[in-house]
Amino acid sequence: MRSFSAMNNVMRMKTMNWLAVVVLSASSLQANDALAQMDHGEMKTQGGSAPADARDPHAYSDGFSLISGPYAQSGPRQLKLADEHSFWAVLGDRFEYQEDSETTVYDLQAWYGTTYDRLVIKAEGDIADGTLEESSTDLLWGHALNAYFDTQLGVRLDQYDESKDRQWLALGLQGLAPYWFELDVTAYVGDNGRTALAAEAEYELLLTQRLILQPRAELNLYGKDDPDNGLGSGLSDLALGVRLRYEFSRQFAPYIGVEWTSTYGDTADYQRAAGEDRSDTQVVAGLRFWF
Amino acid sequence: MRRIPALTMPNINRRRFVQGLAVGSVMAAAPGWLQAGITGLTSQSSAPVLSGRAIDLVIAETPVNFTGVTRMATTINGSIPAPTLRLREGDEVTIRVTNRLPVATSIHWHGILLPYQMDGVPGISFKGIAPGETFVYHFKLRQSGTYWYHSHSGFQEMTGMYGALIIEPRSGERHHTDQDHVVQLSDWTDEDPMHAFRKLKVQSDVYNFSQPTFSDFTQDVSSMGLKAALEKRQMWNQMRMNPTDLADLSAATMTFLMNGTTPAGNWTGLFRKGDRVRLRFINAASNSFYDVRIPGLKLTVIQADGQDVEPVTVDEFRFGPGETYDVLVEPQDDAYTLFAQSMDRSGYARGTLATRRGLSAPVPTLDPVEWLTMADMMGAISHEGMSREGMNHKGMDHSAMAMGSMDMGGMDHSKMHGGMAMDHSQHSGHNMPVTNHAKQSPLAKPSSTVRHARTEYGPSVDQRVDTPRTTLDDPGTGLRDLNEKGLRPHGHRVLTLADLKSIDGVLDDHREPEKELELHLTGNMERYSWSFDGLEFGKSTPVSLRHNERVRIILQNDTMMTHPMHLHGMWSELETDQGELRVRRHTIPVQPAQRISYLTTPHDLGRWAWHCHLLFHMDAGMFREVVVS
Repeated sequence: MRSFSAMNNVMRMKTMNWLAVVVLSASSLQANDALAQMDHGEMKTQGGSAPADARDPHAYSDGFSLISGPYAQSGPRQLKLADEHSFWAVLGDRFEYQEDSETTVYDLQAWYGTTYDRLVIKAEGDIADGTLEESSTDLLWGHALNAYFDTQLGVRLDQYDESKDRQWLALGLQGLAPYWFELDVTAYVGDNGRTALAAEAEYELLLTQRLILQPRAELNLYGKDDPDNGLGSGLSDLALGVRLRYEFSRQFAPYIGVEWTSTYGDTADYQRAAGEDRSDTQVVAGLRFWF
Repeated sequence: MRRIPALTMPNINRRRFVQGLAVGSVMAAAPGWLQAGITGLTSQSSAPVLSGRAIDLVIAETPVNFTGVTRMATTINGSIPAPTLRLREGDEVTIRVTNRLPVATSIHWHGILLPYQMDGVPGISFKGIAPGETFVYHFKLRQSGTYWYHSHSGFQEMTGMYGALIIEPRSGERHHTDQDHVVQLSDWTDEDPMHAFRKLKVQSDVYNFSQPTFSDFTQDVSSMGLKAALEKRQMWNQMRMNPTDLADLSAATMTFLMNGTTPAGNWTGLFRKGDRVRLRFINAASNSFYDVRIPGLKLTVIQADGQDVEPVTVDEFRFGPGETYDVLVEPQDDAYTLFAQSMDRSGYARGTLATRRGLSAPVPTLDPVEWLTMADMMGAISHEGMSREGMNHKGMDHSAMAMGSMDMGGMDHSKMHGGMAMDHSQHSGHNMPVTNHAKQSPLAKPSSTVRHARTEYGPSVDQRVDTPRTTLDDPGTGLRDLNEKGLRPHGHRVLTLADLKSIDGVLDDHREPEKELELHLTGNMERYSWSFDGLEFGKSTPVSLRHNERVRIILQNDTMMTHPMHLHGMWSELETDQGELRVRRHTIPVQPAQRISYLTTPHDLGRWAWHCHLLFHMDAGMFREVVVS
């Protein structure tokens, strides 16, 4: 979660070019592909772009289509397979109780759409004493970039129970990196020249077929101070967690874990000023699920 | 089909789920018309037999209970499998199919040559059969052998609509037999198939409980050392590929059936000692490859896909959905187990051949899961001899590649199966006329130049194979070197495509192909998308063929799964990579990283379906239309 505020001199990034960050992220993905290819010598077995003389997949059609040409059924095309259907899913990556802070945290993602184009909703929030203290919700259009990554474009709405809500435009990348790291990196542009970057990485280590250890890391950066919400520019906060779950089914897995969070720079200062610790370790217990 | 309540896996007894109920089957009392025609020494649960020139089939919902949970199935004449149709070559048959489902349906006659309007693919051959409607199929049987029929609508095949179709030859059977049993293998899930499909879209390994784990890793570290254990995993992890990706739907949701009977139900086929028994194996499963054996019996394969082959005696064979094999056995003892384990080793279908009911023989244990190898991922990783013309391997220095990481299975390359294309000199083992053509025309042999489609470089394709293996003698992962691994007795022989040769006269068109088409089988496991050339059906255009022309089709599998490719309306005549015609099929399994070719002569005009017969792969888009005009 985003527990927020201040500034680390080392990490100070007052005028970040967020688009450049996204481009860098994208090119690092390409670099990964390039690395994968180098290991295979000249073979490019994943990704890449088609050579100029690549085969035309329609070369054998003689100009016919599924609805035109000899013996085509009359009327609109009747045969539609799953590639033209929309599917949906709701994934609760974290739905947990943090013991020390007596807070319930949710981190959900839902999507609806086809293989390559989806409406994506990401929702995170903290609930304490029956109140939604803060939440962050992304509404995104996800579009396949390559075999393993989607670009995501949309908006984010941050809600704070006791301070100022924020709205952002969002542009991100989500997918599976080599060596099975799940990555989610999103850059945000808000009003008054506000910018932010959120990055998340997860890994799943199968101890057995059902007992799974999931380390994760999450960090947030901001382009300028937001004193109202106790957020400072530069690296604001970092969370490192590890969760051990048991998959009674693939879709239902209770877990326990530990999450360490730390704030930096001005965010840490704001945090101190509010009488709170700069960093904090929580024991968590929760449920991972999807349906 | 009515939507079955989509439950998550119920907490039912695991053993009962895998084994099924002993009495599990269609629940409705069989109506009288269904009982008619049950003949011969069949078992308690074989499908009824219908014969003649006029057949009536009624499609309806029927409650079934295979696992302890009642579910609604789609059935033909109320039984699973559907009635076995015994027809006669040369007959004109009329089959009236009445739809009593609330949704449209269809029946496709798998492997049968007929006018395209009778082929039963909604949207391609006809409009489908609307609820309440009766469609009259009428066609002349121009062939003989063992075939089958099934719905071609949605997932109805998976929920019970499949049956055997046997066409007796006019000239009499080539092989005398005393008993004749259909052994139809299938699979059943209590889940709504569309729900299972959606789960795969969300998490494509949701049913895989044989995944590499940290425990496996620590075991490997202690047995082979840290370096080797890391290298064994390096490329898989780097490429985000799963070496145990052997089946999309495992016994975690499937109950495997033999003649509609669960393993616990133990379908039994009877014989008298000294009988020569013909077993007509049909893989009518939606998504399961089976490895079939009968411990104690040699299997003499006499037909593949209904077409006579030169008899070949083996101990075991693998076949995928859509394929059929006719096998002769000569049992001497009282009981034998028919054992068909799924390719992912998560479960098995099982029955018994016995001299009387109630007998059984020991049931083998499932083999351990075997990882896919580098040959499955990348094809022919040969050290030398890869300089086949046209393959642009310049700059690809195999010797410089980290052999440790390539040697995924920890295999000794010198011991690798010839079929893994390590040794191209073994091609000549099939007595192939390598240079018989005095003047070799460019199409005398299939092209070995790999040509990826431009649409294989996008999000729909997770990997491409640049150095495919082209031999036919690989039994496939899990069946390689079984003797050396101590999994089978010495001398155990597994059937491969290279063992199959049509008998003289079956392959009657010896013209050289006029043209050659190359298509690649592609997919993205993470997104659970399947396609030809990276284009799912909805984005594809038909493959256009000229009436009666001789065409070569090259299929290269750029995925890590085996795809049983079924071409409707015309034969697929498999050839070697040297251009030697071998065997006539209607469904050809293409192994991971394999490049095969077959010839066809489209004698029937119209539009035809061409697809992977793993039902979920077909529905995901590994499907093309073929126009013959």
